Amino acid sequence: MMTARGGGGLGIVETKYQTFAQDNGFATVGGKTLSPVTLAYETYGELNADRSNAVLVLHALTGDAHAAGFHKGDKGPGWWDNMIGPGKAFDTDKYFIICSNVLGGCRGSTGPSSINPATGKPYALDFPLVTVGDMVNAQRHLVDYLRIERLLSVAGGSMGGMQALQWVVSYPERVRSVIPIATTATHSPQQIAFNEVGRQAIMADPNWNDGNYYGRELPAKGLSVARMIGHITYMSDLSMSEKFGRRFRNGHSGFSFDPDFEVEGYLQYRGDNFIKRFDPNSYLYITKAIDYFDLANGKGLLQEVLRGVEARFLVIAFKSDWLYPAHQSQETAKACKRAGVKAIYAELNSTWGHDAFLIEVEEQAHLITHFLKNVSGGI
Amino acid sequence: MSDRLGLRLDQKVIVEIITPGATVLDLGCGTGELLAELVKEKHVSGEGIEIDDQAILECVAKGLNVFHDDIDRGLSEYGDRSFDFVILNQTFQQVKRPDEVLKEALRVATKVIVGFPNFATLATRFQLGIRGRVPVTPSLPYEWHDTPNLHFLSILDFIDYCRKRHIRIEKAFYFNAKKRIRTFPNAFAHVGVFLVTKG
Repeated sequence: MMTARGGGGLGIVETKYQTFAQDNGFATVGGKTLSPVTLAYETYGELNADRSNAVLVLHALTGDAHAAGFHKGDKGPGWWDNMIGPGKAFDTDKYFIICSNVLGGCRGSTGPSSINPATGKPYALDFPLVTVGDMVNAQRHLVDYLRIERLLSVAGGSMGGMQALQWVVSYPERVRSVIPIATTATHSPQQIAFNEVGRQAIMADPNWNDGNYYGRELPAKGLSVARMIGHITYMSDLSMSEKFGRRFRNGHSGFSFDPDFEVEGYLQYRGDNFIKRFDPNSYLYITKAIDYFDLANGKGLLQEVLRGVEARFLVIAFKSDWLYPAHQSQETAKACKRAGVKAIYAELNSTWGHDAFLIEVEEQAHLITHFLKNVSGGI
Repeated sequence: MSDRLGLRLDQKVIVEIITPGATVLDLGCGTGELLAELVKEKHVSGEGIEIDDQAILECVAKGLNVFHDDIDRGLSEYGDRSFDFVILNQTFQQVKRPDEVLKEALRVATKVIVGFPNFATLATRFQLGIRGRVPVTPSLPYEWHDTPNLHFLSILDFIDYCRKRHIRIEKAFYFNAKKRIRTFPNAFAHVGVFLVTKG
Protein backbone atom coordinates (compact mmCIF):
# COMPACT_ATOMS: atom_id res chain seq x y z
CA MET A 1 0.00 0.00 0.00
CA MET A 2 1.38 3.36 -0.90
CA THR A 3 2.08 5.68 1.96
CA ALA A 4 3.89 8.90 1.20
CA ARG A 5 3.86 10.53 -2.21
CA GLY A 6 6.76 12.53 -3.43
CA GLY A 7 7.69 14.33 -6.59
CA GLY A 8 4.73 13.09 -8.64
CA GLY A 9 5.64 9.46 -8.08
CA LEU A 10 4.38 6.81 -5.73
CA GLY A 11 6.94 7.40 -3.02
CA ILE A 12 7.70 4.57 -0.65
CA VAL A 13 5.92 1.27 -1.26
CA GLU A 14 6.04 -2.15 0.38
CA THR A 15 5.86 -5.67 -0.93
CA LYS A 16 3.06 -7.80 0.51
CA TYR A 17 2.69 -11.55 0.63
CA GLN A 18 -0.31 -13.79 0.28
CA THR A 19 -0.13 -17.42 1.31
CA PHE A 20 -2.73 -19.97 0.27
CA ALA A 21 -3.26 -23.69 -0.35
CA GLN A 22 -2.23 -24.48 3.21
CA ASP A 23 -4.87 -27.20 3.57
CA ASN A 24 -5.85 -28.23 0.09
CA GLY A 25 -2.62 -28.10 -1.88
CA PHE A 26 -2.17 -26.17 -5.10
CA ALA A 27 -2.33 -28.57 -8.04
CA THR A 28 0.10 -27.85 -10.83
CA VAL A 29 -0.72 -28.41 -14.48
CA GLY A 30 1.92 -31.14 -14.41
CA GLY A 31 -0.03 -33.05 -11.77
CA LYS A 32 2.03 -32.26 -8.65
CA THR A 33 0.84 -30.58 -5.47
CA LEU A 34 2.41 -27.67 -3.64
CA SER A 35 1.43 -26.66 -0.14
CA PRO A 36 1.52 -23.91 0.96
CA VAL A 37 2.05 -21.37 -1.78
CA THR A 38 3.09 -17.76 -1.23
CA LEU A 39 2.91 -15.00 -3.80
CA ALA A 40 4.61 -11.66 -3.35
CA TYR A 41 2.71 -8.67 -4.68
CA GLU A 42 2.46 -4.90 -4.52
CA THR A 43 -0.49 -2.61 -5.04
CA TYR A 44 -0.67 1.04 -6.01
CA GLY A 45 -3.72 3.28 -6.02
CA GLU A 46 -7.10 2.51 -4.53
CA LEU A 47 -9.85 0.08 -5.39
CA ASN A 48 -13.11 1.88 -6.23
CA ALA A 49 -16.47 1.18 -4.62
CA ASP A 50 -17.60 -1.49 -7.06
CA ARG A 51 -14.12 -3.00 -7.30
CA SER A 52 -14.05 -2.51 -11.06
CA ASN A 53 -10.86 -0.52 -11.55
CA ALA A 54 -8.21 -3.14 -10.85
CA VAL A 55 -5.40 -3.67 -13.34
CA LEU A 56 -3.07 -6.66 -12.93
CA VAL A 57 0.46 -5.99 -14.14
CA LEU A 58 2.75 -8.95 -14.70
CA HIS A 59 6.52 -8.87 -14.92
CA ALA A 60 9.07 -10.30 -17.31
CA LEU A 61 11.60 -13.09 -16.82
CA THR A 62 13.79 -11.52 -14.16
CA GLY A 63 11.35 -9.00 -12.81
CA ASP A 64 9.46 -9.03 -9.54
CA ALA A 65 6.44 -7.59 -7.79
CA HIS A 66 8.16 -4.26 -7.22
CA ALA A 67 6.95 -2.53 -10.34
CA ALA A 68 6.82 1.07 -9.15
CA GLY A 69 7.68 3.42 -6.33
CA PHE A 70 10.64 3.05 -4.01
CA HIS A 71 11.52 0.52 -1.36
CA LYS A 72 12.99 2.16 1.69
CA GLY A 73 16.67 2.69 1.18
CA ASP A 74 16.65 1.84 -2.53
CA LYS A 75 18.29 4.21 -4.96
CA GLY A 76 16.15 3.20 -7.90
CA PRO A 77 12.39 2.67 -8.25
CA GLY A 78 10.45 -0.36 -9.48
CA TRP A 79 10.96 -1.70 -12.99
CA TRP A 80 7.96 0.09 -14.55
CA ASP A 81 7.91 3.25 -12.46
CA ASN A 82 7.82 5.27 -15.68
CA MET A 83 4.47 3.66 -16.53
CA ILE A 84 2.79 3.29 -13.13
CA GLY A 85 1.95 6.20 -10.90
CA PRO A 86 -0.21 9.29 -10.55
CA GLY A 87 -1.02 10.63 -14.01
CA LYS A 88 1.03 7.94 -15.75
CA ALA A 89 -0.20 5.30 -18.23
CA PHE A 90 -1.36 3.03 -15.40
CA ASP A 91 -2.78 5.97 -13.52
CA THR A 92 -2.88 5.26 -9.80
CA ASP A 93 -5.25 8.20 -9.37
CA LYS A 94 -7.84 6.23 -11.35
CA TYR A 95 -6.92 2.57 -11.16
CA PHE A 96 -5.88 0.02 -8.57
CA ILE A 97 -2.69 -1.51 -9.90
CA ILE A 98 -1.59 -4.92 -8.68
CA CYS A 99 1.77 -6.38 -9.59
CA SER A 100 2.23 -10.02 -8.81
CA ASN A 101 5.38 -12.14 -8.67
CA VAL A 102 5.35 -15.62 -10.18
CA LEU A 103 5.20 -19.15 -8.87
CA GLY A 104 8.70 -20.58 -9.28
CA GLY A 105 10.25 -17.19 -8.67
CA CYS A 106 12.66 -16.12 -5.97
CA ARG A 107 11.49 -12.68 -5.02
CA GLY A 108 9.20 -13.59 -2.18
CA SER A 109 7.11 -16.25 -3.90
CA THR A 110 7.29 -20.01 -3.59
CA GLY A 111 10.00 -21.41 -5.80
CA PRO A 112 12.96 -23.78 -5.83
CA SER A 113 14.78 -21.69 -3.21
CA SER A 114 11.81 -21.86 -0.80
CA ILE A 115 11.88 -24.28 2.11
CA ASN A 116 10.10 -27.57 1.39
CA PRO A 117 7.94 -28.22 4.48
CA ALA A 118 8.42 -31.95 4.04
CA THR A 119 12.20 -31.77 4.38
CA GLY A 120 12.93 -28.47 6.06
CA LYS A 121 15.41 -27.74 3.28
CA PRO A 122 15.10 -25.77 0.02
CA TYR A 123 13.17 -27.59 -2.71
CA ALA A 124 15.96 -27.16 -5.28
CA LEU A 125 15.13 -29.49 -8.16
CA ASP A 126 12.46 -31.26 -6.14
CA PHE A 127 10.33 -28.24 -6.96
CA PRO A 128 7.80 -29.29 -9.62
CA LEU A 129 8.13 -27.91 -13.14
CA VAL A 130 5.73 -24.98 -13.45
CA THR A 131 4.02 -23.57 -16.50
CA VAL A 132 2.72 -20.10 -17.29
CA GLY A 133 -0.69 -21.66 -16.66
CA ASP A 134 0.45 -22.49 -13.11
CA MET A 135 1.69 -18.94 -12.60
CA VAL A 136 -1.70 -17.60 -13.66
CA ASN A 137 -3.63 -20.14 -11.56
CA ALA A 138 -1.66 -19.03 -8.51
CA GLN A 139 -2.31 -15.37 -9.33
CA ARG A 140 -6.02 -16.12 -9.53
CA HIS A 141 -5.88 -17.04 -5.86
CA LEU A 142 -4.41 -13.62 -5.16
CA VAL A 143 -7.10 -11.85 -7.19
CA ASP A 144 -9.78 -13.89 -5.34
CA TYR A 145 -8.17 -12.93 -2.04
CA LEU A 146 -8.34 -9.24 -3.05
CA ARG A 147 -12.04 -9.89 -3.81
CA ILE A 148 -11.91 -8.68 -7.37
CA GLU A 149 -14.54 -10.29 -9.60
CA ARG A 150 -13.36 -8.87 -12.87
CA LEU A 151 -10.04 -7.23 -13.65
CA LEU A 152 -10.30 -4.11 -15.78
CA SER A 153 -7.14 -5.22 -17.52
CA VAL A 154 -4.22 -7.62 -17.39
CA ALA A 155 -1.02 -6.21 -18.82
CA GLY A 156 2.62 -7.08 -19.21
CA GLY A 157 5.65 -7.16 -21.46
CA SER A 158 7.58 -10.21 -22.60
CA MET A 159 6.86 -13.01 -20.08
CA GLY A 160 4.36 -10.61 -18.50
CA GLY A 161 2.55 -10.50 -21.83
CA MET A 162 2.43 -14.31 -21.94
CA GLN A 163 0.88 -14.36 -18.49
CA ALA A 164 -1.63 -11.72 -19.62
CA LEU A 165 -2.59 -13.84 -22.64
CA GLN A 166 -2.85 -16.93 -20.48
CA TRP A 167 -5.10 -15.02 -18.07
CA VAL A 168 -7.67 -14.21 -20.73
CA VAL A 169 -7.66 -17.78 -22.01
CA SER A 170 -7.77 -19.46 -18.59
CA TYR A 171 -10.20 -17.01 -16.99
CA PRO A 172 -12.06 -15.18 -19.79
CA GLU A 173 -14.89 -14.10 -17.50
CA ARG A 174 -12.44 -12.48 -15.04
CA VAL A 175 -10.76 -10.16 -17.55
CA ARG A 176 -12.22 -7.16 -19.39
CA SER A 177 -9.15 -6.35 -21.44
CA VAL A 178 -5.65 -7.58 -22.16
CA ILE A 179 -2.48 -5.66 -23.00
CA PRO A 180 0.22 -8.04 -24.26
CA ILE A 181 3.39 -6.12 -25.09
CA ALA A 182 6.49 -7.36 -26.92
CA THR A 183 5.43 -10.93 -26.50
CA THR A 184 4.27 -14.07 -28.26
CA ALA A 185 1.60 -16.75 -28.08
CA THR A 186 4.33 -19.36 -28.15
CA HIS A 187 8.12 -19.45 -28.20
CA SER A 188 9.94 -19.95 -31.46
CA PRO A 189 12.89 -22.37 -31.66
CA GLN A 190 15.24 -19.37 -31.61
CA GLN A 191 13.76 -18.13 -28.35
CA ILE A 192 13.96 -21.60 -26.82
CA ALA A 193 17.57 -21.86 -28.01
CA PHE A 194 18.63 -18.67 -26.28
CA ASN A 195 17.03 -19.83 -23.04
CA GLU A 196 18.70 -23.22 -23.36
CA VAL A 197 22.13 -21.63 -23.68
CA GLY A 198 21.44 -19.69 -20.50
CA ARG A 199 20.34 -22.85 -18.69
CA GLN A 200 23.39 -24.77 -19.89
CA ALA A 201 25.64 -21.97 -18.66
CA ILE A 202 24.17 -22.29 -15.17
CA MET A 203 24.38 -26.07 -15.16
CA ALA A 204 27.96 -25.95 -16.45
CA ASP A 205 29.07 -23.91 -13.46
CA PRO A 206 31.29 -26.06 -11.19
CA ASN A 207 29.22 -24.96 -8.19
CA TRP A 208 25.93 -26.04 -9.76
CA ASN A 209 25.86 -29.39 -7.94
CA ASP A 210 22.54 -30.49 -9.51
CA GLY A 211 20.80 -27.50 -8.03
CA ASN A 212 21.91 -28.22 -4.47
CA TYR A 213 24.01 -25.15 -3.93
CA TYR A 214 22.07 -23.47 -1.14
CA GLY A 215 24.29 -22.61 1.77
CA ARG A 216 27.39 -23.25 -0.35
CA GLU A 217 29.25 -21.60 -3.21
CA LEU A 218 26.64 -20.40 -5.65
CA PRO A 219 26.85 -21.04 -9.41
CA ALA A 220 27.34 -17.30 -9.79
CA LYS A 221 29.51 -17.38 -12.88
CA GLY A 222 27.08 -19.59 -14.75
CA LEU A 223 24.17 -17.33 -13.87
CA SER A 224 26.31 -14.35 -14.86
CA VAL A 225 26.89 -15.78 -18.34
CA ALA A 226 23.18 -16.56 -18.70
CA ARG A 227 22.41 -12.98 -17.77
CA MET A 228 24.94 -11.62 -20.26
CA ILE A 229 23.24 -13.54 -23.06
CA GLY A 230 19.91 -12.20 -21.89
CA HIS A 231 21.14 -8.61 -21.97
CA ILE A 232 22.39 -8.94 -25.51
CA THR A 233 19.04 -10.27 -26.68
CA TYR A 234 17.20 -7.41 -24.98
CA MET A 235 19.13 -4.73 -26.86
CA SER A 236 19.35 -4.04 -30.57
CA ASP A 237 22.35 -3.63 -32.86
CA LEU A 238 21.60 0.07 -33.02
CA SER A 239 21.05 0.57 -29.31
CA MET A 240 24.29 -1.22 -28.52
CA SER A 241 26.16 0.92 -31.01
CA GLU A 242 24.72 4.03 -29.44
CA LYS A 243 25.31 2.87 -25.90
CA PHE A 244 28.78 1.41 -26.21
CA GLY A 245 30.24 1.78 -29.66
CA ARG A 246 33.73 0.38 -29.84
CA ARG A 247 34.74 2.47 -26.87
CA PHE A 248 37.32 1.19 -24.46
CA ARG A 249 36.84 1.38 -20.73
CA ASN A 250 40.24 2.67 -19.77
CA GLY A 251 42.11 3.47 -22.88
CA HIS A 252 43.59 0.75 -25.00
CA SER A 253 46.76 -0.72 -23.58
CA GLY A 254 47.73 -3.91 -25.30
CA PHE A 255 45.55 -6.93 -25.92
CA SER A 256 44.01 -9.02 -23.19
CA PHE A 257 41.02 -11.19 -22.40
CA ASP A 258 39.96 -8.89 -19.60
CA PRO A 259 36.95 -6.74 -20.36
CA ASP A 260 38.55 -4.00 -22.43
CA PHE A 261 35.56 -2.74 -24.29
CA GLU A 262 32.80 -0.80 -22.58
CA VAL A 263 30.24 -3.31 -23.74
CA GLU A 264 32.25 -6.11 -22.13
CA GLY A 265 32.49 -4.19 -18.90
CA TYR A 266 28.76 -3.53 -18.92
CA LEU A 267 27.88 -7.16 -19.49
CA GLN A 268 30.25 -8.39 -16.82
CA TYR A 269 28.97 -5.87 -14.30
CA ARG A 270 25.34 -6.73 -15.00
CA GLY A 271 26.06 -10.44 -15.04
CA ASP A 272 28.08 -10.48 -11.84
CA ASN A 273 25.49 -8.48 -9.95
CA PHE A 274 22.60 -10.67 -10.98
CA ILE A 275 23.36 -13.37 -8.40
CA LYS A 276 22.64 -10.83 -5.68
CA ARG A 277 18.97 -10.79 -6.55
CA PHE A 278 18.19 -13.91 -8.53
CA ASP A 279 18.26 -17.62 -7.77
CA PRO A 280 19.89 -19.74 -10.51
CA ASN A 281 17.31 -22.54 -10.05
CA SER A 282 14.49 -20.02 -10.53
CA TYR A 283 16.14 -18.97 -13.78
CA LEU A 284 15.94 -22.59 -14.94
CA TYR A 285 12.33 -23.07 -13.88
CA ILE A 286 11.06 -19.79 -15.27
CA THR A 287 12.81 -20.08 -18.64
CA LYS A 288 11.44 -23.61 -18.95
CA ALA A 289 7.96 -22.34 -18.19
CA ILE A 290 8.10 -19.77 -20.98
CA ASP A 291 9.63 -22.27 -23.39
CA TYR A 292 6.71 -24.63 -22.77
CA PHE A 293 4.18 -21.81 -23.15
CA ASP A 294 1.77 -22.36 -26.02
CA LEU A 295 -1.41 -20.33 -25.84
CA ALA A 296 -3.07 -22.55 -28.43
CA ASN A 297 -2.18 -25.41 -26.13
CA GLY A 298 -1.10 -27.72 -28.87
CA LYS A 299 -4.56 -27.49 -30.42
CA GLY A 300 -3.05 -25.80 -33.44
CA LEU A 301 -5.06 -22.75 -34.35
CA LEU A 302 -4.80 -19.81 -31.98
CA GLN A 303 -8.15 -18.40 -33.06
CA GLU A 304 -9.94 -21.47 -31.75
CA VAL A 305 -8.66 -20.72 -28.26
CA LEU A 306 -9.72 -17.06 -28.58
CA ARG A 307 -13.15 -17.66 -30.05
CA GLY A 308 -15.88 -16.30 -27.79
CA VAL A 309 -13.48 -14.20 -25.75
CA GLU A 310 -15.18 -10.92 -24.94
CA ALA A 311 -12.15 -9.09 -23.65
CA ARG A 312 -10.67 -6.34 -25.78
CA PHE A 313 -7.01 -6.65 -26.76
CA LEU A 314 -4.33 -3.99 -27.13
CA VAL A 315 -1.43 -5.81 -28.77
CA ILE A 316 1.79 -3.80 -28.87
CA ALA A 317 5.05 -4.68 -30.58
CA PHE A 318 8.28 -2.79 -31.18
CA LYS A 319 9.88 -2.62 -34.59
CA SER A 320 13.47 -3.16 -33.42
CA ASP A 321 12.65 -6.04 -31.08
CA TRP A 322 14.39 -9.01 -32.63
CA LEU A 323 14.00 -11.29 -29.61
CA TYR A 324 10.22 -11.11 -29.66
CA PRO A 325 9.77 -9.88 -33.22
CA ALA A 326 6.68 -7.98 -34.27
CA HIS A 327 5.44 -10.83 -36.47
CA GLN A 328 4.68 -12.83 -33.33
CA SER A 329 2.43 -10.03 -32.06
CA GLN A 330 0.89 -9.83 -35.53
CA GLU A 331 -0.01 -13.52 -35.24
CA THR A 332 -1.84 -12.83 -32.00
CA ALA A 333 -3.62 -9.85 -33.59
CA LYS A 334 -4.57 -11.90 -36.65
CA ALA A 335 -5.91 -14.69 -34.47
CA CYS A 336 -8.07 -12.08 -32.71
CA LYS A 337 -9.41 -10.94 -36.08
CA ARG A 338 -10.21 -14.50 -37.16
CA ALA A 339 -11.89 -15.21 -33.84
CA GLY A 340 -13.97 -12.04 -33.95
CA VAL A 341 -12.21 -10.63 -30.89
CA LYS A 342 -12.05 -6.82 -30.69
CA ALA A 343 -8.41 -5.86 -30.87
CA ILE A 344 -5.93 -3.10 -31.57
CA TYR A 345 -2.52 -3.89 -33.02
CA ALA A 346 0.16 -1.21 -32.91
CA GLU A 347 3.81 -1.49 -33.91
CA LEU A 348 5.87 1.20 -32.24
CA ASN A 349 9.05 2.79 -33.44
CA SER A 350 11.98 2.36 -31.16
CA THR A 351 15.63 1.55 -31.58
CA TRP A 352 15.91 -0.06 -28.15
CA GLY A 353 15.05 -3.61 -29.12
CA HIS A 354 13.17 -5.87 -26.71
CA ASP A 355 13.93 -3.53 -23.80
CA ALA A 356 11.84 -0.82 -25.47
CA PHE A 357 8.72 -1.60 -23.44
CA LEU A 358 10.69 -0.69 -20.32
CA ILE A 359 12.50 2.32 -21.71
CA GLU A 360 10.76 4.05 -24.59
CA VAL A 361 7.36 4.48 -23.01
CA GLU A 362 5.83 7.63 -24.46
CA GLU A 363 3.81 6.14 -27.31
CA GLN A 364 3.11 2.99 -25.34
CA ALA A 365 1.75 5.18 -22.54
CA HIS A 366 -0.46 7.09 -24.97
CA LEU A 367 -1.99 3.87 -26.27
CA ILE A 368 -2.54 2.40 -22.82
CA THR A 369 -3.97 5.60 -21.35
CA HIS A 370 -6.61 5.83 -24.06
CA PHE A 371 -7.26 2.11 -24.16
CA LEU A 372 -7.92 1.87 -20.42
CA LYS A 373 -10.11 4.95 -20.56
CA ASN A 374 -12.18 3.38 -23.32
CA VAL A 375 -12.47 -0.02 -21.69
CA SER A 376 -13.49 1.45 -18.36
CA GLY A 377 -16.06 3.66 -20.07
CA GLY A 378 -14.16 6.71 -18.98
CA ILE A 379 -14.34 6.31 -15.21
CA MET B 1 -13.54 20.29 -48.33
CA SER B 2 -14.89 19.88 -44.80
CA ASP B 3 -18.03 21.27 -43.31
CA ARG B 4 -19.05 21.97 -39.77
CA LEU B 5 -19.04 18.28 -38.88
CA GLY B 6 -15.35 18.17 -39.62
CA LEU B 7 -15.97 15.57 -42.29
CA ARG B 8 -15.54 16.13 -46.00
CA LEU B 9 -18.52 15.75 -48.36
CA ASP B 10 -17.31 12.37 -49.59
CA GLN B 11 -17.00 11.15 -46.00
CA LYS B 12 -20.45 12.45 -45.16
CA VAL B 13 -22.06 10.53 -48.02
CA ILE B 14 -20.30 7.39 -46.81
CA VAL B 15 -21.87 7.91 -43.38
CA GLU B 16 -25.24 8.13 -45.14
CA ILE B 17 -24.67 4.96 -47.17
CA ILE B 18 -23.69 2.79 -44.23
CA THR B 19 -26.65 1.08 -42.60
CA PRO B 20 -27.13 1.33 -38.83
CA GLY B 21 -25.46 -1.40 -36.81
CA ALA B 22 -23.40 -2.63 -39.76
CA THR B 23 -19.99 -4.27 -39.51
CA VAL B 24 -17.41 -2.09 -41.20
CA LEU B 25 -13.74 -2.43 -42.17
CA ASP B 26 -12.05 0.83 -43.13
CA LEU B 27 -8.93 0.19 -45.21
CA GLY B 28 -6.50 3.04 -44.74
CA CYS B 29 -8.56 4.66 -42.03
CA GLY B 30 -6.09 7.50 -41.45
CA THR B 31 -6.69 9.31 -38.20
CA GLY B 32 -10.09 7.68 -37.84
CA GLU B 33 -12.57 10.57 -38.19
CA LEU B 34 -14.81 8.63 -40.58
CA LEU B 35 -14.79 5.45 -38.52
CA ALA B 36 -15.37 7.38 -35.31
CA GLU B 37 -18.34 9.18 -36.89
CA LEU B 38 -19.75 5.85 -38.11
CA VAL B 39 -19.48 4.39 -34.62
CA LYS B 40 -21.18 7.44 -33.16
CA GLU B 41 -23.90 8.06 -35.76
CA LYS B 42 -24.60 4.62 -37.15
CA HIS B 43 -23.49 2.46 -34.20
CA VAL B 44 -21.32 0.34 -36.45
CA SER B 45 -19.07 -2.41 -35.26
CA GLY B 46 -15.96 -1.22 -36.99
CA GLU B 47 -12.26 -1.71 -37.35
CA GLY B 48 -9.60 0.00 -39.36
CA ILE B 49 -6.30 -0.82 -40.98
CA GLU B 50 -3.70 1.93 -41.20
CA ILE B 51 0.03 2.01 -41.94
CA ASP B 52 0.98 5.41 -40.57
CA ASP B 53 2.51 5.31 -37.07
CA GLN B 54 1.15 8.64 -35.92
CA ALA B 55 -2.31 7.96 -37.32
CA ILE B 56 -2.55 4.74 -35.30
CA LEU B 57 -2.00 6.70 -32.09
CA GLU B 58 -4.81 9.08 -33.02
CA CYS B 59 -7.17 6.23 -33.87
CA VAL B 60 -6.57 4.59 -30.51
CA ALA B 61 -7.19 7.95 -28.83
CA LYS B 62 -10.59 7.94 -30.53
CA GLY B 63 -11.34 4.52 -29.06
CA LEU B 64 -11.18 2.70 -32.39
CA ASN B 65 -10.08 -0.88 -33.04
CA VAL B 66 -7.26 -0.41 -35.49
CA PHE B 67 -4.52 -2.62 -36.92
CA HIS B 68 -1.13 -1.34 -37.87
CA ASP B 69 -0.70 -3.00 -41.24
CA ASP B 70 -0.19 -2.56 -44.97
CA ILE B 71 -3.42 -3.21 -46.87
CA ASP B 72 -1.41 -4.38 -49.88
CA ARG B 73 -0.52 -7.42 -47.77
CA GLY B 74 -4.04 -8.65 -48.23
CA LEU B 75 -6.93 -9.42 -45.98
CA SER B 76 -6.24 -13.13 -45.71
CA GLU B 77 -7.08 -13.31 -42.03
CA TYR B 78 -10.64 -12.26 -42.74
CA GLY B 79 -13.19 -14.82 -43.84
CA ASP B 80 -15.50 -14.38 -46.84
CA ARG B 81 -18.26 -11.85 -46.26
CA SER B 82 -17.18 -11.16 -42.71
CA PHE B 83 -18.16 -7.49 -43.02
CA ASP B 84 -21.22 -5.69 -44.29
CA PHE B 85 -19.05 -2.92 -45.73
CA VAL B 86 -15.41 -2.38 -46.60
CA ILE B 87 -14.43 1.25 -47.11
CA LEU B 88 -11.59 2.13 -49.48
CA ASN B 89 -11.84 5.90 -49.35
CA GLN B 90 -8.97 7.89 -50.81
CA THR B 91 -6.72 4.87 -50.43
CA PHE B 92 -7.55 2.99 -53.63
CA GLN B 93 -5.20 5.13 -55.66
CA GLN B 94 -2.44 4.82 -53.04
CA VAL B 95 -2.04 1.06 -52.76
CA LYS B 96 0.55 -0.79 -54.80
CA ARG B 97 -1.92 -3.36 -56.12
CA PRO B 98 -5.40 -1.85 -56.39
CA ASP B 99 -6.67 -4.89 -58.32
CA GLU B 100 -5.73 -7.28 -55.51
CA VAL B 101 -6.96 -4.99 -52.77
CA LEU B 102 -10.35 -4.42 -54.38
CA LYS B 103 -10.72 -8.13 -55.16
CA GLU B 104 -10.02 -8.97 -51.52
CA ALA B 105 -12.33 -6.22 -50.33
CA LEU B 106 -15.13 -7.69 -52.46
CA ARG B 107 -14.41 -11.08 -50.93
CA VAL B 108 -14.55 -10.07 -47.28
CA ALA B 109 -17.48 -7.68 -47.57
CA THR B 110 -21.00 -7.74 -48.94
CA LYS B 111 -20.53 -4.20 -50.26
CA VAL B 112 -17.47 -2.03 -50.88
CA ILE B 113 -17.31 1.75 -50.94
CA VAL B 114 -14.51 3.12 -53.14
CA GLY B 115 -13.67 6.81 -53.15
CA PHE B 116 -10.89 8.43 -55.17
CA PRO B 117 -9.83 11.71 -56.74
CA ASN B 118 -10.91 12.12 -60.38
CA PHE B 119 -7.92 12.75 -62.63
CA ALA B 120 -9.98 14.05 -65.58
CA THR B 121 -11.43 17.28 -64.18
CA LEU B 122 -11.27 20.34 -66.36
CA ALA B 123 -8.67 21.80 -64.02
CA THR B 124 -6.35 18.80 -64.41
CA ARG B 125 -6.96 18.69 -68.17
CA PHE B 126 -6.03 22.34 -68.43
CA GLN B 127 -2.90 22.02 -66.32
CA LEU B 128 -1.66 18.96 -68.16
CA GLY B 129 -3.05 19.52 -71.65
CA ILE B 130 -2.49 23.26 -72.00
CA ARG B 131 0.14 24.24 -69.47
CA GLY B 132 1.98 20.92 -69.78
CA ARG B 133 2.40 20.52 -66.03
CA VAL B 134 1.50 17.67 -63.69
CA PRO B 135 -1.82 18.80 -62.17
CA VAL B 136 -1.99 20.05 -58.61
CA THR B 137 -5.60 20.58 -57.51
CA PRO B 138 -7.53 20.57 -54.22
CA SER B 139 -8.30 16.85 -54.64
CA LEU B 140 -4.84 16.06 -56.01
CA PRO B 141 -2.84 18.38 -53.79
CA TYR B 142 0.57 16.75 -54.02
CA GLU B 143 3.67 17.66 -56.01
CA TRP B 144 4.86 15.04 -58.47
CA HIS B 145 7.92 14.29 -56.35
CA ASP B 146 6.14 14.04 -53.01
CA THR B 147 2.89 12.14 -53.36
CA PRO B 148 1.34 9.03 -51.86
CA ASN B 149 -0.79 8.55 -54.99
CA LEU B 150 0.50 5.74 -57.15
CA HIS B 151 -2.37 5.47 -59.61
CA PHE B 152 -4.29 8.11 -61.49
CA LEU B 153 -7.75 7.35 -62.73
CA SER B 154 -10.82 9.17 -63.89
CA ILE B 155 -14.45 8.48 -63.08
CA LEU B 156 -14.96 6.99 -66.53
CA ASP B 157 -11.86 4.82 -65.99
CA PHE B 158 -13.37 3.39 -62.84
CA ILE B 159 -16.76 2.75 -64.40
CA ASP B 160 -15.06 0.92 -67.25
CA TYR B 161 -12.80 -0.97 -64.84
CA CYS B 162 -15.84 -2.23 -62.94
CA ARG B 163 -17.58 -3.28 -66.13
CA LYS B 164 -14.57 -5.29 -67.26
CA ARG B 165 -14.25 -7.03 -63.91
CA HIS B 166 -17.95 -7.70 -63.48
CA ILE B 167 -18.17 -5.42 -60.48
CA ARG B 168 -21.64 -3.98 -60.07
CA ILE B 169 -21.92 -0.26 -59.32
CA GLU B 170 -24.97 0.14 -57.10
CA LYS B 171 -24.64 3.84 -56.41
CA ALA B 172 -22.32 6.65 -57.43
CA PHE B 173 -21.81 10.09 -55.94
CA TYR B 174 -19.70 12.89 -57.32
CA PHE B 175 -18.45 15.98 -55.53
CA ASN B 176 -16.44 19.08 -55.99
CA ALA B 177 -15.18 21.11 -53.06
CA LYS B 178 -18.54 22.48 -52.03
CA LYS B 179 -21.32 20.38 -53.45
CA ARG B 180 -22.57 17.33 -55.23
CA ILE B 181 -22.06 17.19 -58.99
CA ARG B 182 -24.82 15.65 -61.04
CA THR B 183 -23.88 16.54 -64.63
CA PHE B 184 -20.75 15.62 -66.56
CA PRO B 185 -19.02 14.31 -63.44
CA ASN B 186 -15.97 13.16 -65.34
CA ALA B 187 -15.24 16.80 -66.17
CA PHE B 188 -16.53 18.58 -63.09
CA ALA B 189 -16.25 16.26 -60.09
CA HIS B 190 -13.08 16.27 -58.02
CA VAL B 191 -14.01 13.11 -56.18
CA GLY B 192 -16.06 10.02 -56.96
CA VAL B 193 -17.57 7.70 -54.35
CA PHE B 194 -18.94 4.37 -55.58
CA LEU B 195 -20.90 1.68 -53.77
CA VAL B 196 -19.99 -1.60 -55.46
CA THR B 197 -20.63 -5.30 -55.07
CA LYS B 198 -19.57 -8.45 -56.86
CA GLY B 199 -21.53 -8.54 -60.11
